[in-house]
Amino acid sequence: MSETTNRLRSGQQDPMWVRYLAITISLAFTSLMLVLPLCVVFWEALRKGVWVYFAAFQDRNAIQAIYMTCLAAGIAVPLNLVFGIAASWAIAKFSFRGKGFLIALIDLPFAISPVISGLVYILVFGMQGWLGKWLEGYGIQIIFAVPGIVLATIFVTFPFVARELIPLMEEQGSEEEWAAISLGASGWQTFWRVTLPNIKWGVLYGVLLCNARAMGEFGAVSVVSSNIRGGTNTLPLHIDALHADYNSVAAFSMASILALLGVVTLIGKTLLERKLVNESSQSLESTATGDAI
Amino acid sequence: MSIEVKNISKTFGSFTALKNISLKIENGELISLLGPSGSGKTTLLRVIAGMELPDPSPDSQVLFFGEDVANRPVGDRKVGFVFQHYALFKHMSVYENIAFGLRVRPRALRPNEATIREKVHSLLALIQLEGFGSRFPKQLSGGQRQRVALARALAIEPQVLLLDEPFGALDAKVRKGLRDWLRGLHDELNTTTILVTHDQEEALEVSDRVVVMNQARIEQVGAPAEVFHHPESEFVIDFLGNVNVFQGRINQGQAVLENMRVKLSDPTIPDGEQAKVYVRPNDITIDKNSIGDSSIEASVTRINRAGVQAKLSLASKNNEEIRVDVSMERLLELGLQLGDTVYVHPTKARVFVPDYTI
Amino acid sequence: MTKNRKAALPGFGLTMGYTLLYLSLIVLIPLIALFLKAATMDFSEFYQTVTSKRVLAAYRLTFGASLIAALINTFFGAIVAWSIVRYRFFGRRFLDAIIDLPFAMPTAVSGIALMAIYARTGLIGKYLEPLGIKTAISPLGIVIALTFIGLPFVVRTLQPALEELDGESEQAAASLGANRLQTFFRVIVPSLLPSLLTGFTLAFARALGEYGSVIYIAGNIPMKTEIASLLIVSKLDTSDVPGAAAIAVVMLMATFLILLLVQGIQWWSQRITGRN
Repeated sequence: MSETTNRLRSGQQDPMWVRYLAITISLAFTSLMLVLPLCVVFWEALRKGVWVYFAAFQDRNAIQAIYMTCLAAGIAVPLNLVFGIAASWAIAKFSFRGKGFLIALIDLPFAISPVISGLVYILVFGMQGWLGKWLEGYGIQIIFAVPGIVLATIFVTFPFVARELIPLMEEQGSEEEWAAISLGASGWQTFWRVTLPNIKWGVLYGVLLCNARAMGEFGAVSVVSSNIRGGTNTLPLHIDALHADYNSVAAFSMASILALLGVVTLIGKTLLERKLVNESSQSLESTATGDAI
Repeated sequence: MSIEVKNISKTFGSFTALKNISLKIENGELISLLGPSGSGKTTLLRVIAGMELPDPSPDSQVLFFGEDVANRPVGDRKVGFVFQHYALFKHMSVYENIAFGLRVRPRALRPNEATIREKVHSLLALIQLEGFGSRFPKQLSGGQRQRVALARALAIEPQVLLLDEPFGALDAKVRKGLRDWLRGLHDELNTTTILVTHDQEEALEVSDRVVVMNQARIEQVGAPAEVFHHPESEFVIDFLGNVNVFQGRINQGQAVLENMRVKLSDPTIPDGEQAKVYVRPNDITIDKNSIGDSSIEASVTRINRAGVQAKLSLASKNNEEIRVDVSMERLLELGLQLGDTVYVHPTKARVFVPDYTI
Repeated sequence: MTKNRKAALPGFGLTMGYTLLYLSLIVLIPLIALFLKAATMDFSEFYQTVTSKRVLAAYRLTFGASLIAALINTFFGAIVAWSIVRYRFFGRRFLDAIIDLPFAMPTAVSGIALMAIYARTGLIGKYLEPLGIKTAISPLGIVIALTFIGLPFVVRTLQPALEELDGESEQAAASLGANRLQTFFRVIVPSLLPSLLTGFTLAFARALGEYGSVIYIAGNIPMKTEIASLLIVSKLDTSDVPGAAAIAVVMLMATFLILLLVQGIQWWSQRITGRN
């Protein structure tokens, strides 16, 4: 508390014109760079009226794309959730050599261009890749088909949950887990009854971000998908195709769903961040209410 | 339950937490592991609980009732562990916290809801928190939380209670109250209790025996009075309360410094050895006139009258500080003022000569 | 100083095994495939591919535009972070939340939205066109798109560092007779420098690989407005998989180098400030 007031007091020391200038620049810059593009999406989508807007959703390809997007996210998010929980348990509750290196490897997909993320799967499963020919023999197609899209989506959203949970679980420590174990709980009981309730907001936060990226991924997915419409198009790919056809209203109508998803994600994120502050502040002592023995 | 550890060592990387520790704890005993932070006391407790594995060694053993528990995981050791920061389950009510150990039992051994309720309520009564069952840990004071943590540990009817600095995070007054309560509880339940603490007053007051630890080793084991009055090492005498240290030299079976002589119990120590003479502030008498042939001259630099006894600070001729506790009556009798010259005479002293520790 | 060896909590084998298996299957093996693919080309072939005129132009454009965008973001991002942490004003919470929009909004959506704004007939583009400023289908447009996606990196890296500057050291400086400007340049800027550098580098690294938000506004004219990611896609479109892999390897190495730099900066700042 006193830190905040200190900070604010020193903020108040800044001359009035500095304060107003900084605030004005901040608001102007973010309005121009962030708010305007967001508004443009809805404005472009609705410029020909509500009926044209909703007509865009009647299209069979649009429905197919929404389905594909949900399917890809529906597979990628749970898989990465399970992975994220397993990885953060292994990393936060134990100490071992090479921990920092492992964390860096988990973060790797964030550092890789989405286009390259798609490319690596072509190199494994594509016709010129390692397994493409062999899989074709069994009639299995991965690249330019649904499995490729799902794989690419998994790749680009791989670190999200782990990245939220590792620091959270490290900060919480293992004392409650030890308490549960010493009371006779099994590993699974400890996880379900003690650990999971303690990290639930962190899990939700990770899932939220993971899902936003999964539904919105474009570069990686476009590399591994064919451009045959209605086949393996996700929403972002469908938007791309509509835009290429100069069907601006339909493109922006589809984009408005994803922009809405983005806004919902931002709101959820802001709300969850407040919950998370409580979750990661382990110290019960600070809230002690009195000392009646 | 009797517990015995034999030849236990534990290292974390290059840091040695325990160095070849052996200790036997008798059934029904309340024993304190006392030492400064980093002395290994908590590590020893965690090794007994099974939360740390000792360094592998053929002759190291942890025995419960004579049975080696090396391969028994924490949950099977039936130890009630109480953590310094309580480690209460934040999202569970007090009731659910206490019931946890019963609810996680394998189905065949799990008591029914009525039994659990009865058990939890009797434990709530034991910790004097009846009516607090539906509260959450956040809504309790530190002392209340620690009692809940204790009740939770007791719910599984442990054979031994392990307490890791249980009162360390509490106010001095609360700590004192809880300490007495814990002693009563221990006697009532007739368990074996191991208490880790860095507070010498706590250890000396509450335990049957005290284990003084320093730098991964056990310095001394004994009843509180024994370790207090017969410390076996410089560390122990220094750690258990205030003490004055005088540098002297051995001469004819006595430690000599200035005019003061302290008789050695071992007269074989050769002359000329350096000796450290430890004297507690209340083992010193002072007088305005020289007392016999064994006293040191000093001047009064500070008089603190706050307390049952007055605390004096004196400065010797070489300007070393000497602390002396005297009764208020004696202070009045002497009519001491700042700057007065007094003569200091130790009534009881411990002499330590390097390599000839007595 | 020392960490407890928590040898006895259960589940290490299971979770670690699963982590390594999943990590290998999803990330490591495919990445190895990329490097092996590039390795199947003989060196002169590889060298010719990655140094052909069109590829070099794409590198130049990608690095140049990313650098400019990261610099813009460092400047404005610092002001935004400073305002959010230091001042209380109407819209502060909204500002704080909207900063993450580029993370939350799909890149393709941002891409077509930026195009709609900066195209010749767009909201802003139509006012710039008469002034002779061409934003869409020009390097300037690419810089704008890369600025959009890089902003949160700078702000979110700076915010915690600013919050840690609790004002006490500034008050100390003031009490020692420093004026506000001296305090700013001698106390505040040096303690923020590591975070500024980290934020800049992260924004730069992200810009290097960006695809979706750039391709619409860029227009993708070879030699002029074609970025490296797009070049990889066009190689793939012509089924030149080894060529695509070669360019990808070069881009990946550049990104890794930059992230190594971030690690270095963080290591250095931890050493001088002692915080962890």
